[in-house]
Order: sequence, then C-alpha cells, then structure tokens
Amino acid sequence: MIETDILIIGAGPCGLFTVFEAGLLKLRCHLIDALPQAGGQCTEIYPKKPIYDIPAYPEILAGDLVENLMKQAEPFKPGFTLGERAETIEKTDDDKFIVTTNRGTQHIAPVIAIAGGLGCFEPRKPPVANLADYEDRGVEYIIKDPNFYKGKNVVISGGGDSALDWTIFLAEGVANHVTLIHRRNSFRGHLDSVQKVMDMAASGKIRLVTDAEVVDITGEGKVEGIVVDHEKEGKINIACDHWVPLFGLSPKLGPISDWGLSITKNAIDVDTFDYSTNVPGIYAIGDINNYPGKLKLILCGFHEATLMVQSAFKRIYPDKNYVLKYTTVNGVEGF
Amino acid sequence: MGIIKVTVIDREGQPHELDAPTDMNMNMMELCKSYELPVEGTCGGMAMCASCHMYLESDTDLPEKSDAEEDMLDQAFFVKSNSRLGCQIHLADSMDGMVVRLAEVGS
Repeated sequence: MIETDILIIGAGPCGLFTVFEAGLLKLRCHLIDALPQAGGQCTEIYPKKPIYDIPAYPEILAGDLVENLMKQAEPFKPGFTLGERAETIEKTDDDKFIVTTNRGTQHIAPVIAIAGGLGCFEPRKPPVANLADYEDRGVEYIIKDPNFYKGKNVVISGGGDSALDWTIFLAEGVANHVTLIHRRNSFRGHLDSVQKVMDMAASGKIRLVTDAEVVDITGEGKVEGIVVDHEKEGKINIACDHWVPLFGLSPKLGPISDWGLSITKNAIDVDTFDYSTNVPGIYAIGDINNYPGKLKLILCGFHEATLMVQSAFKRIYPDKNYVLKYTTVNGVEGF
Repeated sequence: MGIIKVTVIDREGQPHELDAPTDMNMNMMELCKSYELPVEGTCGGMAMCASCHMYLESDTDLPEKSDAEEDMLDQAFFVKSNSRLGCQIHLADSMDGMVVRLAEVGS
C-alpha cells in the first residue's frame, strides 16, 4: 500500500503545483493519473500550444509549463501511479482514505485532493447501437498487444496517426488482412504514413474504404463482420474478426462521480474557503471543481491548490500552528 | 452592427434565437456556452476536441474549413457535409440570420 499525506487524483498542472505548495508545509504527495504521463490536458491535447495567461510568462508552451512544474515539484519527491485510473475510495477507522485504481494499486492518505481536470481520458466510442454487446468480443478501442491480431482479419476505423500506424503495422505480416475505413479521402496523419497506407492500398496489401463509416456490427456473440455505409455505394458488408475504432480520447468524469461528492454539471461543488468538498478530507481543485464565479483557468487552479494545502495541513496536524513562510526568505527545502 | 441574430437548434429540436455580439471576438461555441446551451467546448476552442460539433443549416457564407477543423471532425461522429466546429466559426456581421443545429454527442 502506497502511503502519503496528500493523495492527488490527476497529475495535470494543478496537481503538480499542489506538490510544491504541500512540500513547503512538509507534506508529502503522491499522484494518480489515468494517462501514462504527467501533465494532463497540457501534455495530452496541446503540448505545442502557447499559453499567454500564466503570470510572469508572456508566452509559454503547455508542454514547457508541465516540464517546469515537474522541476518545481522535484525537491519534494512526489510519487506517481500513472496509467491507472482512481476507481474506488473507502474510509478507514482512523479517518484516512484508501483509494484503489483499476489495476488494484492501493493508496492510503488522510487527505485526498481531486485535481482531475475534465476527468479521465477514455477512448471515444462510435455511436453504433450494438457496440457494447461486442466490447472485448472483437471490438477493441486500444491496441495493447499487436500479436493478439496474429492471423486475424482486422478492420480499423479512423483517420489519425494511430489508425494509420496500426494499419501499417498489422498489415506487415501480423494480421491476415487489414481494412482501413475513414470518413473522407484525406488523412490527418504524418505524410509518410499517409503515403505508405495509400501505397499499400494500391498494391492490394490492405483494403482502404474512404467516404464511409461503420454503422453496424454483425456476429453471434462475437464480431464476425461489420456493415459500412458508403457515401456512394451504400451499405457494404465486410467480414472480420476484429473492429478497432480509433477516434482519439475524450475526458469523462468517470468513477469519481460515485464517490458521494456533491456534483453540479460534471463538476465537484466546493467551499471557496479551502476548496473542500462535502466529504471532510476530500478537496477538489482546478477545472474539476465548481463554485460561484468559477473560471477554468490554470492560474486559478494554482491559487486553489495553495489555499487547499493550508486546510489539509490543519486536518493532518490539528494541534500544530503554522505561519506562512516566504520562499524568498527560506528557500525551498526539499525532502 | 455589433449584434446579430443567430438561431441555435438544440438536440431536442428546440430553436433558440440568440443575440450574438460581433465585436467581442466570440465564436459559436462560446456563444452557445454563454447562453448555457449544451455545448462542451472541452479544449476551450483550439479545434482539438470536436465537442462543439454543429451543422450549418442556413446558406450563410462561412469561411472554408481549415485543415485543423477538418482533421478534428475525423474524431467526431455523425459528421455530414454541413458539419462545422462551433469554435471555428468566428462571429461576424455577415452571419446575421445564421441557423445551426447542435450535433448528437457520442458516448
């Protein structure tokens, strides 16, 4: 069991800055994030986009902001559980919380700070009516182990790099046959992968169906084929063992919505005194919280994190007095 | 002009006639959000999430889709020839009388 003072759910900018502010109060932090790397949206969605409203940075790339926050947090040696989603929470007899991830990793802490941003990033699922019936029965949203597709007939949907790259990879001697389906005839992936896919289609190594989308799945208890709606040719049946729709990720509030927290419009209600939720010991900061006048800005998240750790300190050490110290006077004393 | 009329048809088919300012550097995603219509705008308007997918129902002349917008529509569902990302429609006086319909959202 991983033990810490403040367990932070979400390793985006707000969660990372919490490590620094908590560290100044000698509180240790551990972060859980569903994504395989820290940085949240900044890293996952727009690492190369400039941000202009971080105080004292006229312009900074989102990716660089995360890198700097990691550097700033470094003296306080945060722990990370990455690529795992915080799933369940339970209260212990001594007023602590045990948070377990979808992979069974357990964490215990007296304070939980939910800095989950928009939620956890999950694969976007196409609106095919019987989709759920075939999940893990031939429909996969992520390719974990390419060998799983050895000798199989695979249909991939999507127009981005992952769709192109997996099409190329699986067609090179892994799968028996690969079909790529895309809604239009141009692709947004890297030019060389696009060219490669076009060449493979021309030489008959793969089947490329553009201006089309999958509208139905067929098969008894598992995927045996899909039905494609083609702009000109209408419905086309394609026999296959697997359908892999690759439409990117979108954030979902996820299991946190079952944690007994008061939620308004997908955001957790907090008291702006210390960003505490309706459950004592659980705080919510950054884009995931809701209060009158809320603005979803990174800079507001930093402020919330700073006030939140003061309250967390009082919860962890009710008998200790704390005086605000300035880093200019005291420097940063790491662990 | 400063203010134009724009109609947004929600997912229940209900039309909402909105006053849309053209001098506030606003786009359709933001306009919908400011009237609390159910548009996510997850990425904040960078054409990076497709959660403000809508259909242009009037014959309003809009600037062509950029590559970024077209690419992002690849990750949306129920895409049609009149699909647009609301965040890429920057409100202008020439759009007076525009009608858009909010697209279904996938799960």
